Amino acid sequence: MHPAPSVIIFTSLSGLGFGLLVLLGLGLPAPTGIMAFIYFALAYALAVGGLMASTFHLGHPERAFKAFSQWKTSWLSREAWLAVAALIVMALYGAGLVFYDLALAPLGWLGASLSLATVYSTSMIYAQLKTIPRWNTPLTSLLFVILSIAGGGLLAVQIPVALPLLVGAGIVQVVYWIWGDQAFDESGTNMASATRLGDQGSVRAFEPPHTGTNYLLYEFVHVVGRKHAAKLRIISLILMIGTPVLILSMNENIFLILIAVLAHAAGLFVSRWLFFAQAEHVVGLYYGKR
Amino acid sequence: MTQLPTSTDRKLGLVIDLDTCVGCHACVISCKGWNTENYGAPLSDQSAYGANPSGTFLNRVHSYEVQPEEGAAQLIHFPKSCLHCEDAPCVTVCPTGASYKRVEDGIVLVNESDCIGCGLCAWACPYGARELDAAEGVMKKCTLCVDRIYNENLPEEDREPACVRTCPAGARHFGDFADPNSNVSKLTAERGGMDLMPEQGTKPVNKYLLPRPKDKMEEIDILAPLLAPIALEPKGFMAWLDKTLEKI
Repeated sequence: MHPAPSVIIFTSLSGLGFGLLVLLGLGLPAPTGIMAFIYFALAYALAVGGLMASTFHLGHPERAFKAFSQWKTSWLSREAWLAVAALIVMALYGAGLVFYDLALAPLGWLGASLSLATVYSTSMIYAQLKTIPRWNTPLTSLLFVILSIAGGGLLAVQIPVALPLLVGAGIVQVVYWIWGDQAFDESGTNMASATRLGDQGSVRAFEPPHTGTNYLLYEFVHVVGRKHAAKLRIISLILMIGTPVLILSMNENIFLILIAVLAHAAGLFVSRWLFFAQAEHVVGLYYGKR
Repeated sequence: MTQLPTSTDRKLGLVIDLDTCVGCHACVISCKGWNTENYGAPLSDQSAYGANPSGTFLNRVHSYEVQPEEGAAQLIHFPKSCLHCEDAPCVTVCPTGASYKRVEDGIVLVNESDCIGCGLCAWACPYGARELDAAEGVMKKCTLCVDRIYNENLPEEDREPACVRTCPAGARHFGDFADPNSNVSKLTAERGGMDLMPEQGTKPVNKYLLPRPKDKMEEIDILAPLLAPIALEPKGFMAWLDKTLEKI
């Protein structure tokens, strides 16, 4: 899949933002006054910024509001509703903390659940696609959700929560990569099932429909950069998991924690880039490509 | 709504005969022509006369080489367009309701004024039947020439999809799969029409007919035994040259 910057920024930043909202909704921490304002402003900047980025790749962003209409069948539509609901509920909860020193715990729990559901619905946009075997697994949702709340725990500087979640996220990430590497071959979709010519002999793509490229090849057959995947996986793990775990388990210095946050975000971008760049769409088979 | 109908009154679609297709791409051109001049946004080209031409097509013809275990390889031309699936994954993922499957005839269409161009339907389609038009920013797909097949301003023989109407080899057939006596139902039954990627669970309406096995002419040559075989071993100067070159 083409790793478009807009979707990488969208899933990474909104994941971190909603992850922070989950922690804040659970009262981890429950700051008041100006500190509460800073926490909530950061969470909203990330969540809303991410959602805004997702509209950049649309052909017609001015019609984006229409995406609320099909919640009965479409995960993208459900995500839109859940995101708005989470942001409204958490704004009310945050207003209580900022202006009245008041923590309305049940409202916070509702907001945390809606934030978590938003991240889950984002993951389902990808996990629902049978056409991309690497994504078509509950592991995709597990990875998105655990990375989101681990990142949220790190941003909220909740070390006892963040440490085990970061280690857990690292394990899920490695399992996801290993499982994903054989997903396409195990999916049962191949050149023979795509063309149904397999019973007649071995099938090879002889000539593409056009000499030039097209939307399908640009969007679905991304081979550039896959060769560095192994190196990028290690870089991603070191930045996203290793660095923050090391810093959190040693020190609570605020500058070091800032470095941990930046390293985590950079590693998360690399992980998300790999998520798209390594995903192979079955339509590539018609072009003899993966 | 993007909920799929539980059943459709008719199931309009195509049968594509891979045994007959000659790979001339006439269907590609007539499709592009009709669908650029008629319903919906035109199918744009980018840098059509430049170094890297590309463009939107609703129908593309691939070519595959099939190498049997014995005998010569065979070249098979493979036209591919929307299969108007009964369980169309492209429809249910659409967040705006722009994509829909018609209850009356099963045609899968895009309402372009509702399309936000998010591309998710193209991601969900295993066949590459949907292409986002780079100029218009909306999703384009085969309409089964919905503006031809019911068009009373056209002569009756033209009321079929442009690709079918133009095919010089008769490799494309249009009809109603819900009617067991239709031409397409009969063809599918006789020749064993195939679904592409059945494991994807899309239940395509369009069917593909595979190339039939090549027949073999029995060799009958009454003169062959009387003809002397051609000498394969060189003699004289050529034999000496062969030996000498061999030694070097």
